[in-house]
Amino acid sequence: MQHTTSSAAPIVSLRDVQKSFGPLKVLDGVSFTVARGEVLALIGRSGSGKSTALRCIDHFETIDGGEITVCGRRVDAPDVDLRALRQDVGIVFQSYNLFPHLTIEQNITLAPRAVKRMPLTEAKALAREVLAQVGLEEKLHAYPEQLSGGQQQRAAIARSLAMQPKVMLFDEVTSALDPELTGEVLKVIERLAADGMTMVMVTHEMAFAKGIADHIVFMHRGKVHETGPASMLASPQTPELAQFVGTGL
Amino acid sequence: MGGHLNPNHLIFLGQGALWTIGLSAIALIGGGIVGFAVALARISPLKTLRLCSGAYVQIVQGTPLLVILFLGYFGLSAIGLSLSPLTAASASLSIYVAAYLGEIWRGAIQSVPKPQWEAAEGLALSRTQRMMMVILPQAVRIATPPTVGFMVQIVKNTSLASVVGFVELMRSGQIINNSLFEPFLIYAIIALVYFAMCYPLSLFSQRLERRMGRGRARLQPA
Amino acid sequence: MGVTLDFQAVLERWPSFFSGALLTLELACFATLCGGLLGTLVAVGRGSHNRLIAASCKAYVEAIRNTPLLVQIFLVYFGLASLGLKLSAFTVAVAALTINVGAYTAEIMRAGFEAIPTGQIEAAEGLALSRLQIYWHIILLPAIEKVYPSLTSQFVLLMLASSVCSQISAEELTAVANYIQSDTYRAFETYIVVAVIYIALSLIMRAGFWGLGFVLFPRRRRLGTSL
Repeated sequence: MQHTTSSAAPIVSLRDVQKSFGPLKVLDGVSFTVARGEVLALIGRSGSGKSTALRCIDHFETIDGGEITVCGRRVDAPDVDLRALRQDVGIVFQSYNLFPHLTIEQNITLAPRAVKRMPLTEAKALAREVLAQVGLEEKLHAYPEQLSGGQQQRAAIARSLAMQPKVMLFDEVTSALDPELTGEVLKVIERLAADGMTMVMVTHEMAFAKGIADHIVFMHRGKVHETGPASMLASPQTPELAQFVGTGL
Repeated sequence: MGGHLNPNHLIFLGQGALWTIGLSAIALIGGGIVGFAVALARISPLKTLRLCSGAYVQIVQGTPLLVILFLGYFGLSAIGLSLSPLTAASASLSIYVAAYLGEIWRGAIQSVPKPQWEAAEGLALSRTQRMMMVILPQAVRIATPPTVGFMVQIVKNTSLASVVGFVELMRSGQIINNSLFEPFLIYAIIALVYFAMCYPLSLFSQRLERRMGRGRARLQPA
Repeated sequence: MGVTLDFQAVLERWPSFFSGALLTLELACFATLCGGLLGTLVAVGRGSHNRLIAASCKAYVEAIRNTPLLVQIFLVYFGLASLGLKLSAFTVAVAALTINVGAYTAEIMRAGFEAIPTGQIEAAEGLALSRLQIYWHIILLPAIEKVYPSLTSQFVLLMLASSVCSQISAEELTAVANYIQSDTYRAFETYIVVAVIYIALSLIMRAGFWGLGFVLFPRRRRLGTSL
């Protein structure tokens, strides 16, 4: 059980990760790291393995080989402490997955109260705070179905933020939204990045990724084909990336 | 006095089981015919038909089957109309089954997609022709899984006919118990026999339902 | 041959009908509570990773659903007696009805559990909630809300089925009817009156469940929509 406390150590590190779904090899030696405060964008075609790689970080998929380390702890270890991992990692899904039977406030206060045993008044104050961060204070007592898609996604981000994670994972969070609603969500993510949150995002929004990512990882058929700063998109080294960028996404 | 369970007892139980199946069939057929009429009445354009059949269903579904059986056997005989246990049980069960099957079949008819009704109207078919040639054939497919499932209820409900003296499986068991005094053993055997009759029907109904689900998915409009 | 109906003689016995109806409602309430709890636990058990638990739960459900209530009541009655337990007819009736409705409730709840989208369970896992917390906050209450109409119907059917308990001398409404008709020789009128009372009891139960739903499901109360 390695436990490094040096601030220079990456918060998330994948080393030679292998994963297969039956005969299909989805991840074939994937490696990358994310330093504190860094924003990493995972891009690639559907089926390239990028979503799977992201889900492996938060142990929503188990890996067949390699190592994944988050905040100094090995995620692939058989005795991994999932509850500790998921307090350090916040994840936002494509389909928001807000709890429909709870108000937005209850959605947000549920985990802090149940997991961290936070008292109700403190949790409510926290809810107000994170909702203000995403610009939704007035929706405190609304139910998810009363919100638009963009608002629901922002509320989902607030819900994850309430657990004060050290790193946030975004799994194609704007893909299910109507085009005019993606802007409000991207703005929230931009602010989070500016505030220094460590982030890994799987996204199709190329312009956005170019804008805020410190580091881009291009995946193709389960392998990392290219990795580098946003400028690499302008001068692809491999034909696959050239084709991917060329399709004008 | 005393004695042990011997093959004669089992044969007697077997005869009871045959009567259970027989009574179930009578209830299914009798209740099915009336139930079909009820289903049609429930969707009739005539308001009185709809209300009357609706009231019938509400009343029967709000009354325990045992009370209906008592009404048919003791009640009718008290006002001068004396029926044999078989007749009383058959009539009561048929009335009971008709209400439930009527509702199941009404639901099936109303589940036939609206476009089908409209297409049939558009082809200038009369109401009877629409029902017979377009709607009912499709409704039959939708209605089959829940109807088979309800047949399990019918078989189980025949056990109540024992209370008005009809000698089906349950009553056979009670008669045997009066000489053997081994109630737990006898009723355990009876339970097994009912299970053997009902479980295959349940499985069949579940299989039909799964197949319906898949078939429905393929039938999505082009 | 004229048929004269004399409801007066029967309606005079309204105190007996009242106590019978009360006992029927009591039977129904106790069995609903205990059976609802049992059914929910069995539904959870069916999803268990432990194959023995999952198989036992399925066996219990199939055994109950494929045998008549009358047989189950007699098995419980004679079974408990052979164990040397001297219980009141009421207790035996509640036990048998609980075991019976538990199986049907388990099936209904299982459908409710399966209707919870996996995405929500994943989101709850991502928030570090424990398995038990997820069941309680994310699965149980929404599942009950989804299947509430089925549950209501099931428990009303239970109340009607309690009439079978007259066969083990529980003094519920049907037993009262049997006694009164043998006393007044007015079987037809007696059973008509009792049928009307049962219909009234069904309506009372449905109204009760509707009210309970009002209290339990604030979202539905505020928005008027179903999950």
